[in-house]
Amino acid sequence: MEGIQSVVQLTSYLVSGRALFVIIHILGVVCFAYIVAKRLVPLVRGQRDLRFDQPLVRLGRVLKFWLGQWKQPRYKTAGTIHIFIFAGFIVLAMRAFTTLIVGVSENFVMPGLSGKAGPIYNTITDYAATVVFLCMVIAVIRRLVFKPARYAVPARFGKAHTPDAIFLLALIAILMVADSLFAAAKAAAESQQGQPLEVLAVFSLPWMLQSILASITLPTLGRLYFGAYLLHEVTFYFLLCYRPFGIQFHVETSLFNIYFAKLDREILKPVRWGVSEEHLDQVKSFGVKTFEDFTWKHMLDFYTCADCGRCSDNCPANAVGRPLSPRFITTKARDYAFQHYPMFGKSGNGKPLIGNIYSEDEIWSCTTCGACEAECPLLVEYIDKIVDLRRGMIDDGNVPQSLQKPLKALESRGNPYGKMEKKKADWTKAKEFQQDCNVKVVDGKNGADTLYFVDSITSFDDRMQSIGRATAKILKHVGENFGILGSAEKDSGHEVRRFGEETLFMALRDHNVEAIKASGVKRIVTADPHAYNALKHDYKDVPPVEHISQVIAREVKTGKIQFNPVENASSVYTYHDPCYLGRHNDIYDDPRDVLDAIPGLKRVEMTRSRDRSFCCGGGGLMLFYEPKEDQRMGVKRVQMAAEAGANVIVTACPFCMVNIEDAIKVAGLEGKMTAIDLAELVEKQIAGESQTVA
Amino acid sequence: MEILVCVRRVPDTSENEIQLNSAGDDIERDDLVYSINEADNYAVEEALQIVARVGGNVTVATVGGEDDEEVLRREMAMGASHGVLITDDAFSGSDGRGIATILKAFVQKGNYDLILTGIQAEDGGAQVGGMLAALLDYPFASLVNSIEVLDGKKLKVSREIEGGNKEISEIDLPCVLSIQTGINEPRYVGMKGIRAVASIPIPTFGVSNLGLEPSAVGEAAAKVKRVDYFVPALGKGAEILHGTREENIDKVLELVAAKGGLK
Repeated sequence: MEGIQSVVQLTSYLVSGRALFVIIHILGVVCFAYIVAKRLVPLVRGQRDLRFDQPLVRLGRVLKFWLGQWKQPRYKTAGTIHIFIFAGFIVLAMRAFTTLIVGVSENFVMPGLSGKAGPIYNTITDYAATVVFLCMVIAVIRRLVFKPARYAVPARFGKAHTPDAIFLLALIAILMVADSLFAAAKAAAESQQGQPLEVLAVFSLPWMLQSILASITLPTLGRLYFGAYLLHEVTFYFLLCYRPFGIQFHVETSLFNIYFAKLDREILKPVRWGVSEEHLDQVKSFGVKTFEDFTWKHMLDFYTCADCGRCSDNCPANAVGRPLSPRFITTKARDYAFQHYPMFGKSGNGKPLIGNIYSEDEIWSCTTCGACEAECPLLVEYIDKIVDLRRGMIDDGNVPQSLQKPLKALESRGNPYGKMEKKKADWTKAKEFQQDCNVKVVDGKNGADTLYFVDSITSFDDRMQSIGRATAKILKHVGENFGILGSAEKDSGHEVRRFGEETLFMALRDHNVEAIKASGVKRIVTADPHAYNALKHDYKDVPPVEHISQVIAREVKTGKIQFNPVENASSVYTYHDPCYLGRHNDIYDDPRDVLDAIPGLKRVEMTRSRDRSFCCGGGGLMLFYEPKEDQRMGVKRVQMAAEAGANVIVTACPFCMVNIEDAIKVAGLEGKMTAIDLAELVEKQIAGESQTVA
Repeated sequence: MEILVCVRRVPDTSENEIQLNSAGDDIERDDLVYSINEADNYAVEEALQIVARVGGNVTVATVGGEDDEEVLRREMAMGASHGVLITDDAFSGSDGRGIATILKAFVQKGNYDLILTGIQAEDGGAQVGGMLAALLDYPFASLVNSIEVLDGKKLKVSREIEGGNKEISEIDLPCVLSIQTGINEPRYVGMKGIRAVASIPIPTFGVSNLGLEPSAVGEAAAKVKRVDYFVPALGKGAEILHGTREENIDKVLELVAAKGGLK
């Protein structure tokens, strides 16, 4: 090539190209290494987190969520743009690497691209650069003109992040232009000399630039070529070193964040990784109180968040104006880390997080519904962090008065209402019901195959007792030999644990596990998804557990359960997915299959359904908490059902029932909308005589 | 500041169904759950907050039996540095004055700047605090709902007056204060905290080491004796409003205003 010199040979003013670019390379790499090392300091000081098991499963998840961008299409526009950018980056990675080396060694060709593959790869990358550039333009326009609501930063969370986002987008755009200009100048020079070595992809950014440069003189092209290369170099390293200061750090961290992401999401993080329950007494401080109490992986989450706002966009607490917005749980912690682990000078200050960056109400506002985690494309975890922060508050005695009473009652009576243990089975003694369906208490004398685990609310709440009786009747109908624990059953402790009271949870669990084992049952059924989740994931060594909707769905298939047609054919039903049945346990189809098996039942879906279901307001202790909010979650949910055209909301959780029935009244929809539990509906519609109990 | 808080273990009204026993002279005590008397819990929290501001120690003491150790441990888990169980067979059947006499003897064994009690025991008569102050010849303020330490010798206290008003007083130390609920937000005590103090020995005091005459306390000395206990019959039912929502709101406002609830 004689037209223009390679960037290596070019000499500008004092230094040769090679020397200049060697210096830039070294400076860039050293700076980046230093910055990353500094960013790793808090991770080293953080708590343990055992995430090194099951490498194959983890790699599979990297393929799905990282390379496959699995969650991106949940947001069509942003997701599509992101997939293009991501694909562009992956394709361009090798080209960028080659370009960098060309600055030092002019004839470098990436192994494998020396033959025919080279031009094909170049064509692809020409288009990739073009696509990424266009995506940047679209992204900037979205940020400036269309301003999707989820990017807005409410005043209480600080300044808007738009300028930073646009700055970063612009840098990438510049990088793409520089890269294309570099290729275009070279191609233009070659073609002016009549020796085109490389054909640029038609309509690509380099191709268009080449046609603009066609009439430019060779020396100018030479300067442009060198300038474009310098611009590329400087932008590349600036971006590399600037990303760890903001939302684009995920370019580097996402791969690791997804590899180390939690595999068993339903299981809460232990109080301390590597400390067995027997040794918990020796752990002085529970939970997260200072930044350094977070595990290294949770800190990596903070670095990885891309600030896309999807978590908060789906967070019911955020939607009703509670002080919680998951996105800012992350960004506030990241800001804290950047501030207290600076690039130069002393790091860390150990200040308590509650009262400084988080408020108590913010942390108590979470219903642990999991909508944020279902949405996050980068698999950032929230529930474990919220629970850990609550554990810290509980440990410091920092608990709202509204929660202290039920917690105390759970300790002394085993239920949050402070009701006497001996009244736990009173729901079975309603006269008409008892004649029809006698529920035995399993103890030394009365054995049973199946345990119906009732839990506190269904045992003691007058309205929810009806769910208990419906469940019992269904079990009787399908010929199940079942019983209840009665006064020996304590609260499952599901919310006790999620509200951070681990020690009390362990006491409740141990009591129940012992009672279940003593009962000699072979399996457990419950109609309460919270109890279901506790028994299934929080308890160990108990017989297999099923939710009543699973039992019903199975018996509908076997034919043991058959339905009469619905009486009022004009009713339109919709199914509300309880968080702990749906999102946390993937039971979406069983309840729907059951509903669809009822003749004449007209069912519609709400826009928010399945793993995008909208929490009713939370269960267990959340019923006692008095949140600061503009509106009830349940009211929003009931309005969604109305929008879908439904007038009967079917749910499968007693807490959903409490919240939704209240919300129907608050929303002024009494008489227009009703709520019914799946078990109640099934019991009402069931046809024929019950099977005889074996 | 050395602070003594006198506490008591009572049946928890929110977690029990209180019923008369068959003899009709007491409540049915089987199957009851007990907890710290609520107002006493506020008193301990207040003591802890004072100590956090000005330094010192908080001691909690109760007159009772072995079972009452449970509430001492709960308050120690909250942060009290010492728990003391004042127990003796000779104490049983003491009336309010008897309890105050016992506490007086205990107070004189120590060197306390401030003595707090709850405003009243849930099963008691709000008498021990005042009597204890009188027996000690200490100044006394009841219904206290805020405390400010002025210097080493004085407190500024606010007392709740009927109608929600407040009266601010200065009071010399040492003194006795009875604490109103709502003065603060007591911290939560979890099982973990109680376990952490489970093995700390709790010293006991009785007639001999308090230098009390057995005849001055207990049933023999009691001049107030309970003769009956009854649960009042339920009154007439509540009024249910049957109008539309708007009508009901108007009616409720009218009723509340008529009873002086709205000004």
